[in-house]
Amino acid sequence: MKFSVLQFPGSNSDQDCVHAVLALGHQAEYLWHRQTSVGDCEAILIPGGFSYGDYLRAGAVARHSPILSAVIEFARAGGLVLGICNGFQILCEAGLLPGALVRNRGRTFRCEHVFLRAENRTSPFTCAVPEARTLKIPIAHGEGCYVAEPSTIADLERHGQVLWRYTDADGRVSDEANPNGSLANIAGIGNREANVAGLMPHPERACEPLAGSDDGKYWLESMIRTVTASQPNGA
Amino acid sequence: MEPELTDDLLASHGLTPEEYERIRDLLGRSPTFCELGIFSVMWSEHCSYKNTKPLLRQFSGRSPRVLIGAGEENAGVVDIGDRLAVAFKIESHNHPSAVEPFQGAATGVGGILRDIFTMGARPVCIANSLRFGPLDSPRNQRLLQGVVAGIGHYGNCFGAPTVAGEVYFDPCYDGNPLVNAFALGVLRHEQIARGAAQGVGNPVFYVGPPTGRDGLAGAAFASQDLSEESATQQRNSVQVGDPFMEKLLLEACLELLATGAVTGIQDMGAAGLTCSTCETAARGKSGIEIELDRVPQRSPDMTPYEILLSESQERMLLIIHRGREAEVKTVFDKWNLPWAEIGAVTDTGQLVVRHRGEVVADLPAQALADEAPVYTRTGRRPAELERHWSLTLDRVPFSEPPETALLKLLAWPSIASKNWIYRQYDYTVRNACVLYPGSDAAVVRIKRDSLPEVTAEAPASFPEKFLGLTLDGNARLVRLDPYRGSMLAVAEAARNLACSGAHPIGVTDNLNFGNPHDPEIFWQIQESVKGIAEACAFFGAPVTGGNVSLYNQNPVGAIDPTPVIAMVGLIADEAAITSQWFKDENDAVLLLGELSDPRDSLQGLGGSAYLQVSDQLSSGRPPPVDLEREKRVADALRGWIESGIVKSAHDCSEGGLAVALSECCISRQSGRNTPQLLGTRIELEPCEGVRAEAMLFGESNPRIVITVEKRFVPKVLGQAEILDLPIREIGATGGDRLAIRYGQETYSWDVTTLHHTWWTAIERQLQPS
Repeated sequence: MKFSVLQFPGSNSDQDCVHAVLALGHQAEYLWHRQTSVGDCEAILIPGGFSYGDYLRAGAVARHSPILSAVIEFARAGGLVLGICNGFQILCEAGLLPGALVRNRGRTFRCEHVFLRAENRTSPFTCAVPEARTLKIPIAHGEGCYVAEPSTIADLERHGQVLWRYTDADGRVSDEANPNGSLANIAGIGNREANVAGLMPHPERACEPLAGSDDGKYWLESMIRTVTASQPNGA
Repeated sequence: MEPELTDDLLASHGLTPEEYERIRDLLGRSPTFCELGIFSVMWSEHCSYKNTKPLLRQFSGRSPRVLIGAGEENAGVVDIGDRLAVAFKIESHNHPSAVEPFQGAATGVGGILRDIFTMGARPVCIANSLRFGPLDSPRNQRLLQGVVAGIGHYGNCFGAPTVAGEVYFDPCYDGNPLVNAFALGVLRHEQIARGAAQGVGNPVFYVGPPTGRDGLAGAAFASQDLSEESATQQRNSVQVGDPFMEKLLLEACLELLATGAVTGIQDMGAAGLTCSTCETAARGKSGIEIELDRVPQRSPDMTPYEILLSESQERMLLIIHRGREAEVKTVFDKWNLPWAEIGAVTDTGQLVVRHRGEVVADLPAQALADEAPVYTRTGRRPAELERHWSLTLDRVPFSEPPETALLKLLAWPSIASKNWIYRQYDYTVRNACVLYPGSDAAVVRIKRDSLPEVTAEAPASFPEKFLGLTLDGNARLVRLDPYRGSMLAVAEAARNLACSGAHPIGVTDNLNFGNPHDPEIFWQIQESVKGIAEACAFFGAPVTGGNVSLYNQNPVGAIDPTPVIAMVGLIADEAAITSQWFKDENDAVLLLGELSDPRDSLQGLGGSAYLQVSDQLSSGRPPPVDLEREKRVADALRGWIESGIVKSAHDCSEGGLAVALSECCISRQSGRNTPQLLGTRIELEPCEGVRAEAMLFGESNPRIVITVEKRFVPKVLGQAEILDLPIREIGATGGDRLAIRYGQETYSWDVTTLHHTWWTAIERQLQPS
């Protein structure tokens, strides 16, 4: 399967995404921000980094780039799009996902391995996660506190759009387990149609045991399983 | 208008009247004001090493692995096999960080990263060495917070993981914080880029953001004592870093280098345009002519002096093969970065600068870059050393009993966990770091995407490689014995690498000292350099470059002599990567090395953390160093690691055996709020005349705590006997207490308490009580 990884000026996890895709034995290609078409890819990853230097707000400039119009079109046609860290911020700025990401509670940048629970194991981004598994994934962000109107949060919960929540090592949701102050411990969400998702943690940096965890592979495997199943001759 | 050249003007440029005469002799005339500015930065200590050059010749850069040695280019380059190489270097940004901690530290990181990609390498990790005054002062708290935020800001945004570092807190750094930044990059042998201006008529390009008035003459500022006056002057012109620009500059430079259009490349760091043009011309044995009117500028009315000496960040000088100018335009337009053709290479040997049709400087490039005056100063051993070396144990009060002393040591910020610091650094970006901050050395993997080119094509033409990286420098030991203390810093670095499974391949050092005009300080520099040079040669770790930072003193006093050793090592394979923490219950705990050194009347307590914390004594002669034994211990340890039987290895340094054992019990971290604690029961045989405090907290060396499965103990002990190495089984892992029995006494601590004390110490100090 072929993933496309967007490259904005200031993307810095683009190579990490490609590394993860290749490590799992699939293909990847880069899409430069000035390109106007997503080509023949089957899923899109919007990587972390500081697109356009995070001028204005994180992700605010990237949403106006030519490639993003093509990504929006790809998503409207049902294509799978996953935004990671800065990619999540871009998806929120572009209106593909509700809510916003603001400065961490505690004000400082935070890098550590956190624990996550996949809340809805039927989405194209979570369907390969084993039951009751607590996922260990690194975070590295200064603006990862997820906020939205109470009605938006209620909507997300009602429609199973909260895909990942910060938990402790045993899978329990608690304030202590929340690294950035996100509402309802939300680490990532999907859209109503379930083909666009974003999260602050970096699954692409946890795809090999050598990296301290390989739980990140479930993100890519879920997407691969979904795309393969939808193909006419797919298994 | 030309200002009059008075002694005051010379002094404000850091030049002596004698140096001015030398300039007049060289030119056969008086320099213009602009030329004076150029001389002042090129002949500053920061650029010319005029006070330390004769000493630095002692460093051996000899090793078959060294591709680019010290002083040749912007950073040393060392072969790591399969036609791959690493470029690495450390550099100080002490004075700017004292004045403006956030920007000072951030631009320090930016500067060292440029040194690395100027060599054609892709930076894959960064590290730092920091020193601050005690954290009970709000000013020092602000400095720590500002410096850490600045380093994080730059590295995190640029996208290079900050994987290692070391931090000490001591009153001698009150008002003199130290910020040393290290970076390492990867490239193929054939990708090494040169900073030489060659080929008469080749165009000279300026790339990067426009030049402003920031950081005017920062190199001269860094080459004098720090005073309130000099700090105020500099505050108005502090450099501002933009890591986003640097990231674009990196990608654009690597992309352009790959085209083959570039013949020379040099970053604009200290002394900006001046230094980069002089150095490239001097290296190329050529000349350069530039026109300042073509240099992109932020303000309309900048003087030639300002344009030449500005330290605006994220700029590069490129020498391009004539006829290939269009490729610069294509690549830099793609990355949306300003570029300008500002001049050309000549064969005159002169640096000629024009501004509005007039020649404002016409100077011999070689003389500027290489013929700065060299001073051979004489050192004098500080009188206070006699007093320190005469300390005997009967004069130590031993006011802290072992039970509470260990807790105090673990809460002492220099020993406490540095997680409050490194959690603000992205150490996961680039998927490179495989042994995270918190062990003896960081381990970084070199893989397909570590190379300069960005490609999504799958196959790598080489097997993944693993590098160990450590930074070390215990300044208290260096003050108490500069020669021995400096050797100990190198020995500790080598030991840390051995504990992670790595073989040393190279060193970059940062020599932070006070004012060299003080004979006692010059003596510290002399002795320290000698110690480093001897020890590095002994370990076969060539010094491939580094940085000298002098004048780290303010009216209150000078810093303790603080040489920082950054050592890079190569690990045989993935299986040999070893961490410091205990892994499983019921493993045997062995101590490699002697329990106590019979040659040392202070039993390892001279200059120790214990004396400092328990008795506020920063005194005594540091423990003896035995390089021969260090090497044999390290070789044996690596042998066992490579044969697959060592589960953990941790060396004893500050705080001795008790702190090392504590760290083995408490430093394993599975994730947020999830320490993996594991106790141990230790029995130490009685040593005639050795006090419990010395046994627990003495810092004699080399000593390494290792764990192996119990079934391997006879094999390890047997091999050690053949190798004539001291080793003993001292206990086993298990339970939830650290219990150490020595003679009739047993000292015991709950590992949860030890962990909490150690893990939260810095954060607790930063919170207003």
